Amino acid sequence: MPITKSENGAAVWTHRTPKARIVMWVGWLLLVALFIFCWQVMTEGTIWFFVYDAPRQAADIGSRMFPPKWSYMDELWWPLWDTINIATLGTLLAVIMAVPVAFLAARNTTPSTKFVRPVALFIIVASRSINALIWGLLLVAIIGPGVFAGIIAIALRSIGFIAKLLYEAIEEIDETQIEAINATGASAMQRLDYGITPQITPAFAGITLFRWDINIRESTVLGLVGAGGLGLKLQASINVLAWGQVTTIFIVILATVLVSEWVSAKVRHSLI
Amino acid sequence: MTTDQISTTTTYVWRKQPFIKSPVTRWGLYIGALAYLLLAAFSVPVNWARVWEGLDRGWRFVEGFLVPDFASRWGDIVIGMQESLTMTVTSTVVGILISIPIGIGAARNIAPAPVYAICRGVIALSRSFQEIIIAILFVAMFGFGPFAGFLTLSFATIGFLSKLLAEDIEDIDESQTEAIRSTGGGWWQIVNYAIQPQVMPRLIGLSLYRLDINFRESAVIGIVGAGGIGATLNTAIDRYEYDTAGAILIVIILIVMVAEYSSGYVRKWAQ
Repeated sequence: MPITKSENGAAVWTHRTPKARIVMWVGWLLLVALFIFCWQVMTEGTIWFFVYDAPRQAADIGSRMFPPKWSYMDELWWPLWDTINIATLGTLLAVIMAVPVAFLAARNTTPSTKFVRPVALFIIVASRSINALIWGLLLVAIIGPGVFAGIIAIALRSIGFIAKLLYEAIEEIDETQIEAINATGASAMQRLDYGITPQITPAFAGITLFRWDINIRESTVLGLVGAGGLGLKLQASINVLAWGQVTTIFIVILATVLVSEWVSAKVRHSLI
Repeated sequence: MTTDQISTTTTYVWRKQPFIKSPVTRWGLYIGALAYLLLAAFSVPVNWARVWEGLDRGWRFVEGFLVPDFASRWGDIVIGMQESLTMTVTSTVVGILISIPIGIGAARNIAPAPVYAICRGVIALSRSFQEIIIAILFVAMFGFGPFAGFLTLSFATIGFLSKLLAEDIEDIDESQTEAIRSTGGGWWQIVNYAIQPQVMPRLIGLSLYRLDINFRESAVIGIVGAGGIGATLNTAIDRYEYDTAGAILIVIILIVMVAEYSSGYVRKWAQ
């Protein structure tokens, strides 16, 4: 806490030193300048007429969206089933691939920190930084549109997430238990089976459920790029401007997401 | 002698505890899961011939990723990146500015009940739909381009940041508010002197985290027409220019990594 002397010699307490104040002030100024610069660049190509017109457009779309077209529900049951399958099978596939990656990435279980660990970490980073929709875009181009591309997209996206959280859990285990198993003369596999697995199982179950919940959300829109599920119907309805159907789909998506959140919260609560 | 007898007549075998204790639930779950898997696996139509054909294309994509072509569409990549980055910065700043009052309003310990209900409603609304769905609506209302993307990301930021900020305010140390209140401080003074210093480090951390998320999302919402690098990527894949797509993906991965590491570094410094 810096103390400065006022003119008549009395000590005055201030929160920051004058230097720190100037640094803070310049920092804020730079932030504002950056914001204004970015705003200018971003809105260069904006057609303001459309922006001013937006309230009217919103009112127009709003009036078309209500009432929702309930009869369209009949066509949505099968895509809904597809969506759930994409999320569940995708999560399952991701788990199968993520577990070995996690063990290779964790500092205490990896066979080599110089060669194997960086590769595993790269797999995790690459998988995490590409969104499921982009994976979907690629896979639809590669293996054709449909549910299968969606499953693979979800799986590839989830590997990084599951592996990252799991390897952090592996690195945080209690080493004394490993030592105890070691002291009995256990082999590497037995160490894994009796020393590590029991310690990370609750975390593993939690991570998987959490990812499944996220995957349900993501798989509802994967169809926008052609990867099956509810998004496919959404894209079709938007293309023909059938806003009543769009509302119905939104309601189904919202209900699915809420139910999946509830299920995963319930299961997690009973597990942990 | 008795202990000797026991040890010779009965041998105890230790088994690992199963993860789910009740056998009925355990087997019920196993059978249910198996039934679901069979049903699901058979309802997924896989055109193996098409997949086989696609492997060739998949290999070309891997080649494109390994030998990316930055040069031929460099102009498009720069424009897309510029849109994505400016969109990220502006939407994060605007999102934070709007979420601070909403976050304060959604904290039960300092907001009156009607304000609390309204702010929680706004948060629920913003969190219930994903960015891409909001982007579809905003593109329909505001036209194509990064402005719609900016609005989408700002809207999504509000739900994320206000919720976490409100939870953080609810978790603060109440003795500090009491101290300020006992000096006769009003509501504003309590917020300014008791709450703000306690939540500031976390607010900075969350803002940086959201900046990171907003960049990732800005790479996606371009697919539905909201501008940014996603639009460029979509075009590249539509034209089967896998080497350009590979280049774009590498740029995205690099920026995400830089953002993640630098925001992690700053967060460590701030907290």
